[in-house]
Amino acid sequence: MLTLSSAHHDTIVATCIRALPNEGCGLLLGTPSGVVVDVVASANVADSAKIYEIDPGVLLRAYRRADDEGLEVLGVFHSHTHSEAYPSPTDINQAPDPAWHYVIVSLRDVPVELCSFRVLDGEVTHELVEVVD
Amino acid sequence: MSAVLRVPTVLRPAMGGATVIAVEGSTVGEVLFKLTTTYPAVKGQLLNDDGTLHRFLNVYVNDDDVRYLGGVDALIANDDEITLLPAVAGGLW
Repeated sequence: MLTLSSAHHDTIVATCIRALPNEGCGLLLGTPSGVVVDVVASANVADSAKIYEIDPGVLLRAYRRADDEGLEVLGVFHSHTHSEAYPSPTDINQAPDPAWHYVIVSLRDVPVELCSFRVLDGEVTHELVEVVD
Repeated sequence: MSAVLRVPTVLRPAMGGATVIAVEGSTVGEVLFKLTTTYPAVKGQLLNDDGTLHRFLNVYVNDDDVRYLGGVDALIANDDEITLLPAVAGGLW
């Protein structure tokens, strides 16, 4: 399960909307139990509507900040601009960390849909997202 | 030169489980090549067959991305900290 505040939820969605027409992306910092403490927006260095890549400088700083503050990089979020909120084959192939939460925001419909997944040995599991205030 | 290397979570199972290891080498390429001989399972994730950096691997020496320091030819000094960061990417390829 992934737990985040409504403000974090809104930050994720706003980051994805701002990135249009490209995919938006960013990182989730939080506790090992899956509680998001901060959302770190990243530029999509792939500069594409079909693929995303986190800015490696943002990734480096996020890991260092996590070390300094006793947090973990919990996972990543990105948007699908015209398809469902489910990992594509590329998402699965590029998602090698079984400990990570892979959040996908679909901007295809209104309201937008935010879902979270775990990927273990290529197998996708949909997990509960709890939004708390 | 003797440096420390931070091992990313995803590569730890194939590299003995350590978070930080001591490495030897005068360039990034030399360090990475030695890692591939010590831990053959990670070879395909670090270097291409021609010895260049794998497309989906970011390597930092201290605070600097080695792609801007000459790639595998980037020099290593004593006590440098090398960080391996596999790219976080995906999409509808």
